Amino acid sequence: MKLNTKIKIAGVEFKNPVMTASGTFGSGMEYSEFTDLNRLGAVVTKGVANVPWEGNPTPRVCETYGGMLNAIGLQNPGLDVFIERDIPFLKKFDTKIIVNVCGRSIADYVEVVEGLSDQPVDMLEINVSCPNVSHGGIAFGQNPDCLFEITKEIKAKAKQPIIMKLSPNVTDITEMAKAAEAAGADAISLINTITGMKIDIHRRKFALANRTGGLSGPAIKPVAVRMVYQAANAVKLPIIGMGGIATADDAIEFMLAGATAVAVGMMNFVNPYATGEIVSGIEDYMRRYDIRNISDIIGAVTD
Amino acid sequence: MEKRKETAVVYRQQPIADDVYDMWIETSLAREAKAGQFISVFTRDRSSLLPRPISICETDRENERLRIVYRVAGKGTTEFSDYRAGNKIDILGTLGNGFPTEKAAGKRVFLMGGGIGIPPMLQLAKDITENSEVCIILGYRNSQLFLSEDLSQYGTAYISTEDGSVGVRGNVLDVIEKNGLSADIIYACGPLPMLRAIKKYAKTAGIPAYISLEEKMACGVGACLGCVAKTSMVDHHSHVKNSRICTDGPVYLAEDVEI
Repeated sequence: MKLNTKIKIAGVEFKNPVMTASGTFGSGMEYSEFTDLNRLGAVVTKGVANVPWEGNPTPRVCETYGGMLNAIGLQNPGLDVFIERDIPFLKKFDTKIIVNVCGRSIADYVEVVEGLSDQPVDMLEINVSCPNVSHGGIAFGQNPDCLFEITKEIKAKAKQPIIMKLSPNVTDITEMAKAAEAAGADAISLINTITGMKIDIHRRKFALANRTGGLSGPAIKPVAVRMVYQAANAVKLPIIGMGGIATADDAIEFMLAGATAVAVGMMNFVNPYATGEIVSGIEDYMRRYDIRNISDIIGAVTD
Repeated sequence: MEKRKETAVVYRQQPIADDVYDMWIETSLAREAKAGQFISVFTRDRSSLLPRPISICETDRENERLRIVYRVAGKGTTEFSDYRAGNKIDILGTLGNGFPTEKAAGKRVFLMGGGIGIPPMLQLAKDITENSEVCIILGYRNSQLFLSEDLSQYGTAYISTEDGSVGVRGNVLDVIEKNGLSADIIYACGPLPMLRAIKKYAKTAGIPAYISLEEKMACGVGACLGCVAKTSMVDHHSHVKNSRICTDGPVYLAEDVEI
């Protein structure tokens, strides 16, 4: 049986639905020692700002039950280094490039989006949901009016299709999905991390220098699946689902909930071969259940 | 040097001090491992997902074995301490830059280890003893002098203890002062206050000090930017004076890092 693992988002065709979650995979270089990037649907890069960002003080990460908290604070080398070093590296592989864009103001985001307009990148993922920076980030992603405004501004300037990355730290995810859709977004991705905190009871100190951080990993997966399902039923936009995906079974679960594609995040740290294994595992699932087109399972969950 | 995750096998393990364990594991990573590098060790407890970075104490290339000596500090290391010969253990390695051993050639060297920073000094001492004059200075809490016999085979060894039970009462810097020692270059690993003191001493003495840092890590391979050290110069990765300890470290020239 010939398996068709291709999926399409906003006119861009991906060889399979498996991507990397921004911030967990650098620009692909570090994990190219473990995983053949040619096998991935797309590499989604670490957030890129208009200028270098130094990020938060350490400790920036800590382990939690079935997951981890991070408060990296979007350390990144800025647009110029990214264009000069990271894009040429990624272009060596037969995979799509999605650049995650971060900023402290709408003007910052627009500067990055415009700077990437003539670059060989396939899509832009707009990070309006980082919980670990004091300006920008999540501030744009927790209010539907703000999200509408920034989406509209960016969409007007972007040459590539845009994906709005949504925060789970909201009362109603469907309101946010609808705002992104109404403003012209081409796709949405969710969920970013869930704001959390850990306290070291022996030292009586916060585990993270930032006090709070974003929770990721298998611990958050049921929340993510629920939100993907809700968003999929609220908007027509394609969804890239993520949140604790560790195996092909998890990826399939997100697709059944309504995701067109999936992204692997924290589990890259636990199993640096995870992305490639998930690509193979999805094919195994297709053979087992006689599924010719992977797109047939998108949103196929029933009561 | 290729990094990989593999399932190794515990060759043997024994406690060598209170809460300090000495484990030899069989792994092909031993072929490439350098002094000052580390491996990330995964737990079997699936609620505890991130690996524990543990420095390499000694390598046996011929038999493809690595030795790690670690202190039990939480549930992950408690799990490791229960492992017996033949148990499987998932590891990622080899990680980090390691000590620049070539800089020790023909020099009078201080190897300074404090507490659970002592283990990486062993492979380093073995690697440089032939071409250098090695002075080993070890700081302990008390009379449980783990690894001191192993280390003293490769140079003149001095000991400090916090409780004064053995050697000089105090720390590794007190050993230098009390014995009037001097060197051309320092290699050190230990708690941050010790490394800060060594950085200051090295600056005054006008000699280079290579220090091994630690920080909470996640990926271990330079992707997540969780474990950074403040650097005096712009780092080559993010261009922001935040260097990735797991990849660009853990060993730094002391004057290059703000500690």
